[in-house]
Amino acid sequence: MKRKLVLVGNGMAGVWCVEHMLKLAPQRFEVTIFGSEPHPNYNRILLSSVLAGDSSMKDIVLNDWDWYRDNGITLHAGHTVTKIDKAKRTVTSDKGVTVPYDELILATGSRAFILPVPGADKEGVIAFRDIKDCETMMESAKKYKKAVVIGGGLLGLEAARGLLNLNMEVSVVHIHDYVMERQLDQTASSMLRTELEAQGMKFLLQKHTEQILGRDRVTGVKFKDGSVVEADLVVMAVGIRPNVAIAKDHGIEVNRGIVVNDFLETNVPNIYAVGECAEHRGVAYGLVAPLYEQGDVLAKRLCGLEVSGYEGSVTSTKLKVSGVDVFSAGQYREAPGTRAIKVVDEFDGIYKKVLIRDGKVVGAVMFGDTSDSTRIFKLIRTGEDVSGREKEVVLGEGFGGAGGKSAGSGVAAMADDEIICGCNGVSKGAIVKAINEQGLTSVDAIKACTGASRSCGGCKPLVGEVLQCTLGADGVTAAKEGICGCTTLGRDEVVEAIRSMHLTTSKEVMNVLGWENTEGCSKCRPALNYYLGMVWPVEHEEERESRFVNERNHANIQKDGTYSVIPRIYGGVTSPQELKRIAEVAEKYEVPLVKFTGGQRLDLLGVKKEDLPKVWEDLDMPSGYGYGKALRTVKTCVGNTFCRFGTQDAMGMGIAIERRFERLNTPAKVKIAVSGCPRNCAEATIKDFGIVAIDGGWELHVGGNGGVKVRATDLLCKVKTEEEVMEYAAAYLQFYRETGKWNERTSEWLPRVGLETVRAALDTPEKRQALVARIDEALQVMTDPWKEIIETPSLRATFEELPGSLAVDASAAAEAAAGLESEAAAAVERP
Amino acid sequence: MKRILVGKVSDIPTLRSRTVRVGGTEVAVFKLSSGALYAVENSCPHKNGKLSEGIVCDHHVFCPLHDWKINVKDGLVQAPDEGCVKTFQVETDETDSIYLLVEETGGLTA
Ligand SMILES: Cc1cc2nc3c(=O)[nH]c(=O)nc-3n(C[C@H](O)[C@H](O)[C@H](O)COP(=O)(O)OP(=O)(O)OC[C@H]3O[C@@H](n4cnc5c(N)ncnc54)[C@H](O)[C@@H]3O)c2cc1C
Ligand code: SF4
Ligand code: FES
Repeated sequence: MKRKLVLVGNGMAGVWCVEHMLKLAPQRFEVTIFGSEPHPNYNRILLSSVLAGDSSMKDIVLNDWDWYRDNGITLHAGHTVTKIDKAKRTVTSDKGVTVPYDELILATGSRAFILPVPGADKEGVIAFRDIKDCETMMESAKKYKKAVVIGGGLLGLEAARGLLNLNMEVSVVHIHDYVMERQLDQTASSMLRTELEAQGMKFLLQKHTEQILGRDRVTGVKFKDGSVVEADLVVMAVGIRPNVAIAKDHGIEVNRGIVVNDFLETNVPNIYAVGECAEHRGVAYGLVAPLYEQGDVLAKRLCGLEVSGYEGSVTSTKLKVSGVDVFSAGQYREAPGTRAIKVVDEFDGIYKKVLIRDGKVVGAVMFGDTSDSTRIFKLIRTGEDVSGREKEVVLGEGFGGAGGKSAGSGVAAMADDEIICGCNGVSKGAIVKAINEQGLTSVDAIKACTGASRSCGGCKPLVGEVLQCTLGADGVTAAKEGICGCTTLGRDEVVEAIRSMHLTTSKEVMNVLGWENTEGCSKCRPALNYYLGMVWPVEHEEERESRFVNERNHANIQKDGTYSVIPRIYGGVTSPQELKRIAEVAEKYEVPLVKFTGGQRLDLLGVKKEDLPKVWEDLDMPSGYGYGKALRTVKTCVGNTFCRFGTQDAMGMGIAIERRFERLNTPAKVKIAVSGCPRNCAEATIKDFGIVAIDGGWELHVGGNGGVKVRATDLLCKVKTEEEVMEYAAAYLQFYRETGKWNERTSEWLPRVGLETVRAALDTPEKRQALVARIDEALQVMTDPWKEIIETPSLRATFEELPGSLAVDASAAAEAAAGLESEAAAAVERP
Repeated sequence: MKRILVGKVSDIPTLRSRTVRVGGTEVAVFKLSSGALYAVENSCPHKNGKLSEGIVCDHHVFCPLHDWKINVKDGLVQAPDEGCVKTFQVETDETDSIYLLVEETGGLTA
């Protein structure tokens, strides 16, 4: 029995935690998520970018609806949980849905704090917290001109910048005499203000809001000093409050936030809290990095893995406003016991300050050039002793030389354990490793693989530098082509991502790996379908809509839109009865042409699509896969059964092989042949896998092709018994399946990977057996497609035309729709 | 304008199409991932490939014969190839029936 996990709050912290749990123990939990917002999980941080016009709503979705479905998660979007029954272990939403839990995670985030001033409830007064707020601002900007943002902190300034981009006149109201006073000192703050004023923002500092004016809709804001500013939109960004109502109402200990210990446990058994709603060691965080750290700890804990507790986070802040680089972390104001190193460059508008106490860096503020921020933030986090080289911290090695800006060289000097992406805690070492081991060549690939830059995106340039630095500039530009125009990722990267991130649908792959065309193209869709099936043979659900027509209709399309049908004839050996049946079917359906194929099979050409299921039914033979990227035929000679030269039973071997591997999906079509002696009448040495009998054994040949580009096989090895032939064939085919590119014949694949690699992959019985086990897993789920279609009405229906009839008026239409065969069908238009 | 009842929305699997004959014309009705339906003449401007058998990506179909890419909303062939295929207006009603709008002459509507 799976344990029931319920998450309240479909936001960044909770879903992050669930994502980790799915990776750590995918089968352990049955997950239900409640979220007040009617959206799937999105990146709240990027609302600022949406408002500023740099991203669209679509871009900021972290996990779309399919993700929930594909992971078997029940999502109640638009449901607010209002009741927790601790005794019965159930939660209930405002829409009356009750769900039992074994483990309950509260991740309800925060609420924007709305100043309790008269008029705060007027139309046009909003917060900046969710998609709805963001949409309200964008809508308002179409109708109104004057915006007032109350609050000159990070959020307020980002909102103000966005509103400017929406062509509004924006005033920022702040009670202090300088903005972002919680993160910046006065020098940095006034530099920031000058820059923002240059961009068109107005500032009303040291203003205490007293009242919001207006009848129904806001018309202005009145301050304690009696002054008034006009406004048709007021955005309050004065702070957040942990969203604890649900906990408070149900006897869960709450202080400022929901009180949790180092394992994110509340005082009630089986109830946990993560994210902005939680208070840990007296701190409720309002940034994502700590939430992710908490989520990681909780995920491991709930999955029963060893984990040391969460010990709190040191946070840093970056302002996401284009053209302005601001960074602050730790303690930023001088205090007794701290000494500061400051750099002020009024020419380039650069300011840096690092505070040091007892030889350790305790905080930093930077404006204008934040390229050192990662390095310095790490010193703050680790508490490394920098005594004696304090100046290097700010100025870099051999300080002063490079004119303040320390570009690319910075990352080269970074230690491997330095964190590049603060939000997701990805180190330089992890990125370099991913680049080297998985051949990544783009920032997006790194993002997909390691999560670096997935959240606020602030570290993207740095990730780019690590990439440059690891591959060299040439490496990046000479990056190999992706599997199609939709991606820069190559086959190996895609397959690796499918494995490591446990991706199970094409859609998921395209989403997670940032496909350019959201639904792919005719090249990548069939490829992904194959890779997914190869990696997850049992779990992957075949995507018919991603199959090329031949494989979807299980017949070859011809230039006139008709199809050709090739029934399976194992080893090319047939009987008079079978031949008769084929002949009768050919007559009955007026098949214009019957022909032997290049692989010794019979081909009925010119069959109409709608006749296909009937033809198959009448043939009553399995599909010969003459259309598939699959094992086509095993060609045989007569061997020792009749031939005077034959040394082994070529027909028997061919039949056995064809039966063993029929229906197997492969990167490209596979042809096999068996010859009964070295005269090789079956032409086995131009096949993907060729078997040639010799005295007392068999020669196994690989990588041949008689098609577009003729290639003779390489000799893989010689074996003695039929069992060995089977084992090698299976292991070889599976190795090709696992390492071949979509559409790559073995004659291209073998020279690419090298004969030695293939030999090495098959050189011990253990290795071969492991491959055999995997091929068997894939084979075991295959069924005959003709039979499946014949027996499944919904599939069979897709082979038929829709009837089509004249709809006279709406009521007749409804009638007609109710029964296509009824009277309305009198008007059926048919040629 | 004639309104031709084609069938039910559920007759067409997502990202696939079904065909229907209208007068002398074969029409392919596509269902996109959004559920939206579009109809085009079932014949590729290149060499009459049956577009109904192509792979559908967002609002494009790739012809199964030589991989031309065609926008099913406006019928335009995408670069580097050129051309255009007839489109038909599609409507659905509250019973989820699908209708094609066809000019009395049986010809094309934009
Ligand atoms: C515009 C903006 C910009 C930001 N920029 C940054 C930044 O640059 N860097 C940074 O680190 N952080 C930033 N933040 C903060 C960051 O977004 C939050 O720290 C983070 O989203 C908190 O995650 P959470 O899961 O705790 O809460 P949320 O993401 O808020 O998720 C909580 C969810 O729970 C839902 N919920 C609440 N109560 C219930 C209930 N009873 N039943 C069901 N659902 C419920 C809510 O509707 C909400 O969707 C920004 C925030 C905003 C608004
Ligand atoms: S390959 Fe050898 S056994 Fe087979 S038909 Fe030719 S000569 Fe006879
Ligand atoms: S017939 Fe459509 S691409 Fe050639």
